[in-house]
Formats: sequence, structure tokens, C-alpha cells
Amino acid sequence: MCLAIPAIVVKKTHNDMGIVCLGGVEKEISLMFTPEVRIGDWVMLHTDFAIQIITEEDARETLAIFQEIPPADQREEKI
Amino acid sequence: MNWNRFRQPDLILKLIGDLTEYKKQVKFMEVCGSHTMAIGHWGLRKLLPENIILISGPGCPVCVTPATIIDSLIKLKSVTITTFGDLMRVPGSHQNLEQARAQGCDIRIVFSPMDALKISQDRETIFIGLGFETTIPGIAFSIVNAAKNNNQNFSVLSLGKLIPPALDALLDDKDLKVDGLILPGHVSTIIGMMPYEFIPYKFGIGGVITGFEPLDIVLGVKTLIENLDHPRIMNEYSRVVRPEGNQIALDLISEVFEITHAQWRGIGEIPDSGLKIKSKYADFDAFRKYDIKTSDLEENPLCLCGNVLKGKILPPECPLFAKTCTPDYPIGPCMVSSEGSCAAYYKYER
Repeated sequence: MCLAIPAIVVKKTHNDMGIVCLGGVEKEISLMFTPEVRIGDWVMLHTDFAIQIITEEDARETLAIFQEIPPADQREEKI
Repeated sequence: MNWNRFRQPDLILKLIGDLTEYKKQVKFMEVCGSHTMAIGHWGLRKLLPENIILISGPGCPVCVTPATIIDSLIKLKSVTITTFGDLMRVPGSHQNLEQARAQGCDIRIVFSPMDALKISQDRETIFIGLGFETTIPGIAFSIVNAAKNNNQNFSVLSLGKLIPPALDALLDDKDLKVDGLILPGHVSTIIGMMPYEFIPYKFGIGGVITGFEPLDIVLGVKTLIENLDHPRIMNEYSRVVRPEGNQIALDLISEVFEITHAQWRGIGEIPDSGLKIKSKYADFDAFRKYDIKTSDLEENPLCLCGNVLKGKILPPECPLFAKTCTPDYPIGPCMVSSEGSCAAYYKYER
């Protein structure tokens, strides 16, 4: 029930709504809980609501715990 | 971002290899049903060293919804009922919602309360509002939206439940001995870290918020083990969970709902663990609108869902498990929901 999946925001529309891309499929969702979201951001999607913006930097840092990865200033597009 | 990076077998096995250095027996509870499913799906229970035991907790909203709700809903013949799919096959005392639909009741599966709002544009519609803190903000939105548009066709049967009071009640039970909690990542996305802070102080154990990828879960286990001597609440899901949660979502929950006692199927009443719709939104409260009552239903005495939800036994220890109780013919709710512990064990761990 608390399943949520990452989706990328491709469009912001009216009334806090937006379009996300979900494995190649576009879907209209509510962005009311993440008003600061920008096009190209990843969000965590639950019952058609974006419940949070995913910070890729934090994702990289979590992965960095497990393996040697380049320092922050050299990390672009590595992951 | 390639999220499959959180599924790399070599990294998972390396991390599990590190854990073999720890020799004492520890028992951690994964609170969330989605974690139970992920642990089963990725085979983590078998991959982890035998001295690290993961037990499942109460985090399946369908499993803890009292069965009498099903009976009450089936009686409402003239209204369209909308629900998340998981509830369809939960046994009521005589039939489930799927069987009621086959006999002509207008019962529809939706993926979002926004779908229910759309259906309510031309017919009287109840949305069965079950879920934990992850789901409740969207349900609150649907009620505010209906109020704003004076949509008298729409109402919500509020069955929302709160995780921290349930953890408080479970941990208070001296029979439950756990050394740490794997805390639900998406509930925490909404509520943040603060609502769990009582756990180390009151019970002397730590908790770690993790994501749902296998690497997230193993990292959570590692973090709990490393901090056994300094129990505290930790966040290993910082890519999604902010310490303060999502304030907009929390504000909307407070706008629409007030805290109340709630019945948890198999567990009993837990103080301050439920949400009811505030009187200012009474027009959209299905409990008031249709005078729906809940009462205790006599459960099958052999079904041990309650003890499974409380982390006291593992599903295979129930005499009905995989014998008379299967996903096709479920006796208890833990076998019905796709993220119920019994369903997860049936699918992945037997």
C-alpha cells in the first residue's frame, strides 16, 4: 500500500498538476506536495501524488558508501 | 539516474559478507509490508547470516482493517464504492467485495483518490480511505477538493491509521523482543524522523529509515547492527526522506483529520492511532453520511494473523498457513493483501 515509485517530471501544468514519465509511459499526477519541483526532477510517486522530490546527490552518496566512486566534483553522469 | 544501481548483486553480497563478522543473534522488525515484500522478493532473509533475524510487523493497512467494514459496505447497494484493489478479496463475515460486485454491487478499483473524485462527478461515490501516513495526504486532498467544488456526491470512509502509535503499542508488549526497527521509508517521507524519537528513549532500541531496494535494506540492517550500543533513529533514505518530512502534506492532514482511537484487526484498539474527518468536513464523511458502524467480528480462532502482525510468530508457524489458507482461498487478511506477511511468505519464502 505504501508502494511508491520514482518518476521523472516532464511537464508542469495548471492547478499543481503535472506530467511524469514512468518507464516510457506519461501520466498526469498531482504535484501539490512538491510545488518547488522542476522539469527533469525525479519524484517519488504514490497513488498519483508526488510525495517528495528525490535528491540525486543523496542517492549518489548512499551508493558511495558501498564502493569507491569519484569525488563529488567528478561525479557527473557517472551513476 | 539509474535506480538499478541499488540492485547490484555484487554490492549486496559484499555488504552481506561484511555482516558475517557479527556473530551475536539479533532480531529486527521490518515494520512496513512493502519492506516484507521486498525482503522476500530479493531473497534477503535467506542471504543474511542466520544470526540476523528479520521479522515482519503491522505495516499492511489492508491487513489491519476490521472485517466488519466489508459487511457494512456490501449493504450499501445504491452507492458506488471505490477502493484500492487490495481490499477486494479480504473476507467479510459472509462474502468479500469481489463477490458482492459479482452479485451486482457497483464496486470499482481505483489507483488514486483522484480517480474516485472523477467517478463522483456523475454518481454518488464512497472512497474507502485506508492507508498509513503515505496515503493519507492524497485522501485529505480529495476531501478538500470535494468541499471546494461542493461535490456532494463524494465521501470518504476514513480508515487511515498512524504508524508511530502502533509501534508504541507493539513495543510495549513485553513478549515482543526486538533489537531494532527497519522503519517505513514512505511513511517517513511524510512524517519525517521526529515522530519516532520516543523509541530509543522509551524502549532502548534504535530504528533506521530505509528505502525499498535490496541495497537500501541491507544497508539498514548494517546501520542497525553498528549502532546497537547507541540506539537512535537514523535515516538511510535521505534521497527521499527529509528529517522534517513533507510539511505541506502534514498541514493538509491536520486540516482535514483529527486523531482518534482505532481498531487494528488482529491487534485490538490502539489509542491515538486513527484519523477521523473533522466536523467541518462532515458532509464528506461516509461514516456519518451513511451511518456506517464497525463492530467486532468473530475471527477464525485458528487464524494467527494477529500474532503475525505483532511480530510474535512467522507466518509458517500458523497451522492454517499454505494449507487451508492460501492466496486463492485466504482465511485471514495477511494472506490477502499483496503485501501481507503471509502472502509474502507464501510467494517467496517456503
